[in-house]
Amino acid sequence: MGEHNIRNFTINFGPQHPAAHGVLRLVLELDGEVVERVDPHIGLLHRGTEKLIEYKTYVQANPYFDRLDYVAPMNQEHAYCLAIEKLLGIQVPRRAQLIRVLFSEIGRLLSHLLNVTTQAMDVGALTPPLWGFEEREKLMIFYERVSGSRMHANYFRPGGVNMDIQPELIDDIEAFCDPFLQVLDDLDTLVIGNRIFKQRNVDIGTITLDDCFRWGFSGPIVRSCGVAWDLRKSQPYECYEEMEFDIPVGKNGDNYDRQVIRMEEMRQSVRIMRQCIDKLRAPDGQGPVTTLDGKVAPPSRKDMKRSMEALIHHFKLYTEGFHVPAGEVYAAVEAPKGEFGVYLVSDGTNKAYRCRIRAPGFAHLQGMDFMCRGHMLADVAGVLGSIDIVFGEVDR
Amino acid sequence: MSAELQALSDHIASSLGEVIEDRAIAFDELTIVARREDIVRVVTFLRDDPQCRFVCFIDICGADYPARERRFDVVYHFLAPHHNRRIRVKVQTDEVTPVPSLVSLFPAANWYEREAYDLYGILFSGHPDLRRILTDYGFEGHPLRKDFPMTGYVEVRYDDGQGRVVYEPVKLSQEFRNFDFLSPWEGTDYVLPGDEKAKA
Repeated sequence: MGEHNIRNFTINFGPQHPAAHGVLRLVLELDGEVVERVDPHIGLLHRGTEKLIEYKTYVQANPYFDRLDYVAPMNQEHAYCLAIEKLLGIQVPRRAQLIRVLFSEIGRLLSHLLNVTTQAMDVGALTPPLWGFEEREKLMIFYERVSGSRMHANYFRPGGVNMDIQPELIDDIEAFCDPFLQVLDDLDTLVIGNRIFKQRNVDIGTITLDDCFRWGFSGPIVRSCGVAWDLRKSQPYECYEEMEFDIPVGKNGDNYDRQVIRMEEMRQSVRIMRQCIDKLRAPDGQGPVTTLDGKVAPPSRKDMKRSMEALIHHFKLYTEGFHVPAGEVYAAVEAPKGEFGVYLVSDGTNKAYRCRIRAPGFAHLQGMDFMCRGHMLADVAGVLGSIDIVFGEVDR
Repeated sequence: MSAELQALSDHIASSLGEVIEDRAIAFDELTIVARREDIVRVVTFLRDDPQCRFVCFIDICGADYPARERRFDVVYHFLAPHHNRRIRVKVQTDEVTPVPSLVSLFPAANWYEREAYDLYGILFSGHPDLRRILTDYGFEGHPLRKDFPMTGYVEVRYDDGQGRVVYEPVKLSQEFRNFDFLSPWEGTDYVLPGDEKAKA
């Protein structure tokens, strides 16, 4: 028997594949069942967000951010609002800050619930997503009650938030916290403690801290390498400084660590939410929810009936929009998936001259190639799940 | 914060000399403008110098200023986790002059440079695989350039007869209207529909 001519086998993974988490096309080069090369083809969900933003006034551009990482919409808006506020040099009232933090953490829960449970599905479990989505449903109802929309909230606005939060909603969010911790414990035993889940995830997709930095990774992936880097602590924005919470870190930098970190981060998020709720009820947590600068935030309906100035402000804001002083800023938040940044260039008019969206998923997906090399084909889905990809933000 | 940044800025300027064309601190952010051909040297210094240690790659993006002679900015963002600082580095280029690629320093630069090439047509020399990333296979033009129309040039649809997706010149039942709201008091620089009758 002569030597056979063996060549690598190239397959397409996606764009229609349940484990591709959206519209990802992976071109995989396989040697038997071992992955030799991964070439992700992205852009199938490219909508030209950055171009569209250049043609909209600052407030009109806000809803585009909901549509980036659509499992945690408000966190994206947050970065955009912070960038505008930095350029305008305005202060956000305390109550608005608390509401923002509260809903950022709800966004984190939304994202992590989806990721942890669907990653479990990628490696073979079916029940976790059902449990996770039940909780997500409750959280989306909170979204709906505060903004009128389950997903595309458009709730954070430059200068504050759109509307005040109802006391009943605060009560309901508080009532959600304790049972949710119980659900997390159940998920822990169902997913994290599961033997098959461990077999599929421990020591898979291992990376080192140096690699993380060189590849521009952030969020839970950096933390899985054992460094407590979290923008909420290291470069605190809003009122994160006064919140008490811990940053879970991993040891091995593998898939399993990342999922354990996400589970623990959810508990910490609940902790932050509780503190926000207490502070929202305290006397110093009362007050306006948007800046009182009429040149930036629209007046209330009530004022418009009585005040000429309010009426003019309203007219100006909803036709012309507000002008942002010329300059350039970079504002970043710790979104559930990592560092979500907005690099905003203003030329002094009512539209952004350039709005660059730095999405964590873009950098993470790029790392697929080096993370998957030498792994088995079946691990590609697991690694892809653990780096938490959402195509809205990767493709923009 | 800004005193610290100022010290860092001075340190970078004194170490790199004439390679740094400009530097500024605004909104508590340090921006340096570097000479295009020396960008690799600058970023290597920023990464390795013990006072800088900008080891974490954040972002590369383009920006278009058509009125300028060198119309594009390439904007780099880096993070120094050890010192908890950020820096922005900018270089200028035009449609034909390539910018040295950073892929050898930061593998993450690969996709970001591809994106800048795709959306702006900025060229990067020494890039291993400079092809389009976000736009369609076979797309023509660079959509984020200011002179690229927002509605684009082609639209796609599935053609039943041919059994495949076909590309056609974009046809809109209503043109994209870019309203000029810059000042509602002063009016627009274009004629509003119906207004031409008033003059006649």
